[in-house]
Amino acid sequence: MGTVIDLSVTSVRSLNADLHALPAGATDSIRVLRPDGRHSLAAGLDRPVTVEIDGHAGYYCAGMNQLATVSVHGNVGVGVAENMMSGRVHVHGDASQSAGATAHGGLLVIDGNASARCGISMKGADIVVGGDAGHMSAFMAQAGRLVICGDAGDALGDSIYEARIYVRGSVASLGADCVQKEMSPSHLAELSLLLAAAGRAEDPSEFRRYGSARTLYHFHSDNAY
Amino acid sequence: MDSLRESATFDRTTIAAIQRAARTGVYDIRGGGAKRAVPHFDDLVFLGASMSRYPLEGYRESCGTDVVLGGRHASSPLHLDIPVTIAGMSFGALSGPAKEAIGRGASEAGTSTTTGDGGMTDEERGHSSHLVYQYLPSRYGMNPDHLRAADAIEIVLGQGAKPGGGGMLLGQKITDRVAGMRTLPPGIDQRSACRHPDWTGPDDLAIKIGELREITDWTKPIYVKVGASRPFYDVQLAVKAGADVVVVDGMQGGTAATQDVFIEHVGIPTLAALPEAVRALQEMGVHREVQLIVSGGVRGGADLAKCLALGADAVAIGTAALIALGDNDPGLDAEYRALGSAAGYYDDWQDGRDPAGITTQDPALAARLDPIEGGRRLANFLRVMTMEAQTIARACGKAHVQHLEPEDLAALTIEAAAMARIPLAGTNWIPGVSF
Ligand SMILES: Cc1cc2nc3c(=O)[nH]c(=O)nc-3n(C[C@H](O)[C@H](O)[C@H](O)COP(=O)(O)O)c2cc1C
Repeated sequence: MGTVIDLSVTSVRSLNADLHALPAGATDSIRVLRPDGRHSLAAGLDRPVTVEIDGHAGYYCAGMNQLATVSVHGNVGVGVAENMMSGRVHVHGDASQSAGATAHGGLLVIDGNASARCGISMKGADIVVGGDAGHMSAFMAQAGRLVICGDAGDALGDSIYEARIYVRGSVASLGADCVQKEMSPSHLAELSLLLAAAGRAEDPSEFRRYGSARTLYHFHSDNAY
Repeated sequence: MDSLRESATFDRTTIAAIQRAARTGVYDIRGGGAKRAVPHFDDLVFLGASMSRYPLEGYRESCGTDVVLGGRHASSPLHLDIPVTIAGMSFGALSGPAKEAIGRGASEAGTSTTTGDGGMTDEERGHSSHLVYQYLPSRYGMNPDHLRAADAIEIVLGQGAKPGGGGMLLGQKITDRVAGMRTLPPGIDQRSACRHPDWTGPDDLAIKIGELREITDWTKPIYVKVGASRPFYDVQLAVKAGADVVVVDGMQGGTAATQDVFIEHVGIPTLAALPEAVRALQEMGVHREVQLIVSGGVRGGADLAKCLALGADAVAIGTAALIALGDNDPGLDAEYRALGSAAGYYDDWQDGRDPAGITTQDPALAARLDPIEGGRRLANFLRVMTMEAQTIARACGKAHVQHLEPEDLAALTIEAAAMARIPLAGTNWIPGVSF
């Protein structure tokens, strides 16, 4: 059975230290009560444990996650699951800026809205946003997939590399070098899998796909933005 | 010829730059640091002992050189034998053998080396007894396992060669391995972001440092590196955000690839930045508790001693380390000339065709650098630097190089006197401070 840790009596340091000290391969379940917006909750996990956070988390919740499954029953601050390598992070509320920034792997699900720069510089992770995503989302995104079930803000995919973006709603504007691309059967198939993995019911055929025009891959004088 | 007069405004270098721009339509990207003369450590001299100061005997009386970095909040600070560290230079910018040679040389001399934009390689970790892991805006290759395997973490805000600029690594250096480490397609010109993706400003930085400490269980020293532009404020904000060590890199600092206009015209000289950084630490009451590493144009033991006397705890070297490995070797002059350069001038480190095998990813060129021999040369150079600084420290009566102080110095120019706040030699005058 799971351990319960109440952050009104236990420090974040002690929570994280205990989580880091679990033996390799540990599959414990931990429930965290009264997080009250504290930062760096469950950051740096590298065991296949399950952490349920009951309430709102601050910056860098589940930062650099490896293997663990972290769920937040509330909203999260800046940089949830930043640089995640593997595992799964599920935010049941809204996420602030830079959700999933630079993440290399794993799945980040945000049931609510994500603020600006969602998936910035992402490097291979999958991100599914149930609501809207703010401006500059997928800025310089290198690899991985960003799914936005609602609307996307301005400058979507600015300076994007090889990441793929799927949007169901409207796109306020596309950033430099980001273009709409054809939705092939293989893209529909990959999107279906992502939506299913995130527990979403949207119809994949309602989405459009965006990616890089690859015109900024070499420095020419006319590329000097 | 004597009747020909070169313009000071439109000199031959300027004319060639205009012609080059008109011919190519692209700006000049190169390696190295600022080439023009700016006030520097050469404008300071040591006073040595005299009637009122008692020198120590060279070769007989001991003069310590060790330094501890990062004890403010980290449970495992770095203990280095010498106050010269190797600055961050990426695998990608440098070849695998160059990184290995640097690790070998630094370890032999008892000091640290630093990763760079592009992540940590096994060769580097394996050959470096003390390895600092850079945390950069691009986060290329950023891996929490490497964070835990490092001996310290350096959050990079900027470099002296280009404060406010991101990085670039041109396509000719992007091999499959480099591309794979950075998760980007091979052969494209890579841009490293100039802003961190998940924090902006000092308040966020404090939270970011907290996260890095949580992930590494408060064991690793955390450095913050800034390019010298507003060092007083940057150092104070870095300290306030929780840094254990602050690294200040002046405008002469080298780079692997940056626009020439950026290298020459953005940032302030190392000599101007260092006293401001020290003043910032002193004002907060943390000078020596938070260590200061200074870089940008440090070339030998005299520069090291001057940095320490002005209040730095250690220096970092990039360019000098590459030269020690074999960069700009006169024996390669013919090859440099074939590339349109010459030994003593070569700075096309962005271009990947380095005949010395250092700033290249071409396997045949890289194989020219023997990492064992290169490491030995670097260790020699580090030892000489340290012995030179000890010689000066002993002459000033100091039993540890760290005991060198501003009172041991005099300035040769008014500019240096004003920047370093050291009296002009032969006077009591410090412009702006005394009359
Ligand atoms: C080839 C090369 C690559 C560099 N790569 C990086 C880097 O990846 N990250 C960084 O912070 N600084 C980088 N620098 C700057 C150095 O860390 C350091 O600030 C500078 O070299 C110090 O000045 P010096 O070359 O005059 O010693 C690089 C410098 C050189 C010469």
